[in-house]
Amino acid sequence: MITIARLDGVTRRFGDTLALDAVDLTIDQGELIGLLGPNGAGKSTLLSLLLGRRRPSEGHVELFGGDPASAARRLGLGSTPQETALPETLRVSEVVELVAAHYPDTRPTAEIAEEFGFSDLLRRQCGALSGGQKRRIAVALAFVGRPRLVLLDEPTTGLDVDARHGLWAAIRRHHGAGTTVVVTSHYLEEIEALAERVVVIDHGRVLADGTLASVRDRVDSADVELATSAPDQVAALTGVARADTAGDRLRLTVADADEFVRALVRSDLPFTGLAVRGASLEEAFLSLTSLTERNAA
Amino acid sequence: MTTTLPAENETRARTVPALPLYAAHVRALVVETLRVPIAVIGTLAFPALSLLFFVVPNRAVADDPVFATAAVASLAVFAVMVSSLFNLGLTVAEAREKPWNPYLRSLPLPAAVRISAQLTSTAMLSFLSLVPVLIVGALATEAIVSVLGLIAGLAVLALTSIPFLLLGAAIGYAFSSKAAIAVIQVGMFGFAFGGGLFFPPQFFPEWLETLSRFFPSRHARELTLAAVEGTTPELWMLVGALAWTLATAALALWLYRRDEGRRYR
Repeated sequence: MITIARLDGVTRRFGDTLALDAVDLTIDQGELIGLLGPNGAGKSTLLSLLLGRRRPSEGHVELFGGDPASAARRLGLGSTPQETALPETLRVSEVVELVAAHYPDTRPTAEIAEEFGFSDLLRRQCGALSGGQKRRIAVALAFVGRPRLVLLDEPTTGLDVDARHGLWAAIRRHHGAGTTVVVTSHYLEEIEALAERVVVIDHGRVLADGTLASVRDRVDSADVELATSAPDQVAALTGVARADTAGDRLRLTVADADEFVRALVRSDLPFTGLAVRGASLEEAFLSLTSLTERNAA
Repeated sequence: MTTTLPAENETRARTVPALPLYAAHVRALVVETLRVPIAVIGTLAFPALSLLFFVVPNRAVADDPVFATAAVASLAVFAVMVSSLFNLGLTVAEAREKPWNPYLRSLPLPAAVRISAQLTSTAMLSFLSLVPVLIVGALATEAIVSVLGLIAGLAVLALTSIPFLLLGAAIGYAFSSKAAIAVIQVGMFGFAFGGGLFFPPQFFPEWLETLSRFFPSRHARELTLAAVEGTTPELWMLVGALAWTLATAALALWLYRRDEGRRYR
């Protein structure tokens, strides 16, 4: 494994606020990492340290073996401006070319526009674009300089379903071609669809860091669905944390799926159409972050 | 430390050559400004219109080569001052409000390249705003200048515009863009009248003439005029201009640093 970026015991304070608290994180070449956390968890601060925009209060940040605050270290780095950032009076092609001027090896404007679906917008001024169009262009800018590491902050916010799936395909394609990608998102579905490794942070600390499956496994609960004529008795079985009825189906959250199914069969209660599903990333995320909520309180 | 990088290509990493990058930034900044025609027309037309309305109809001034030359030089100083204060002040104030600047700071872009591009594009627009003043001055008044005087005058104008550029930047760091417009407008007219850019200081009452000698606009006017006419500038002009340059540089630097701290609340 080749490490291309690293945070060693990084703490960042803003006045009295602790945005990052002794964070260790290693990004290896070829990874596709999903960075998850509620608003204000420290995701943006973490990215801004890697982008060289801010310096850590304590600890050490390394990008491509050097200090990200030095401009030359950022040659292999691609990132995305907020879509409201694009200079309104510049044409799309001018913005792409301005960004390209910073890199020795770049993708031709026409090619990048084709890939991210804005070939027809190149002559337009950025101020005349819709939010979704700006977002696509902002994401494309991250790939203009053939980066080795791409940091995407909320890349699909404000995009419709089609555009979102198109962008996911582009991210997967670049990852497949060897680009290392870090993506933050509000959509857990997005992280679930894209990421191989998930890092959950909250209150400035890394709560979980591992494969998608291992983070999901951090939460033991599972979802069980079935149809039954005795919903109250089924919901009263041991280990049931929550029960809702949806139409004629009963939806249960249980602590241990195997234990519950054994109890259900032993009870001889009537049921049909049993379905068992492990915890989703969303449940794992909620359970992890509410844990810190409790610890912090 | 667990892993180190196979860093042959990393240690040799250099940002792209500064000059083309600087040119790309100057171009983008100039284009950005020129595409908002009202902003440009304002800075371009206002000094020339002042000349046309205040000086040209007053034949006592317009027909006298000495007075006319002084008037044209004064309004040239005014044009450069307005453009420096407005363009840099607004550019900086707006940049602080928009997320484009932080994005640029994450590109492999040395800070010096961006800052010099900003100063250059502002200076270019400043000198563009001189053109109409010089044309009106040449066609509609008896103002005279030698080629050497013109070149010397332009060079001194460029130098004496530095405190206005720095003051513009300082205002940009200290205020929001809306407040910056108001502050610049008030400051600009104060400097213009106080510095004798609209009415020659020879006609000032004595107290105002004394006060006027502390205005950077007065220093810029006298030094530019001295360069145009080939006379020797007086010591107070040089000392004044230097003092304002140092003071505005310190102010801009201090506000820039303070702004860095505040942005990270």
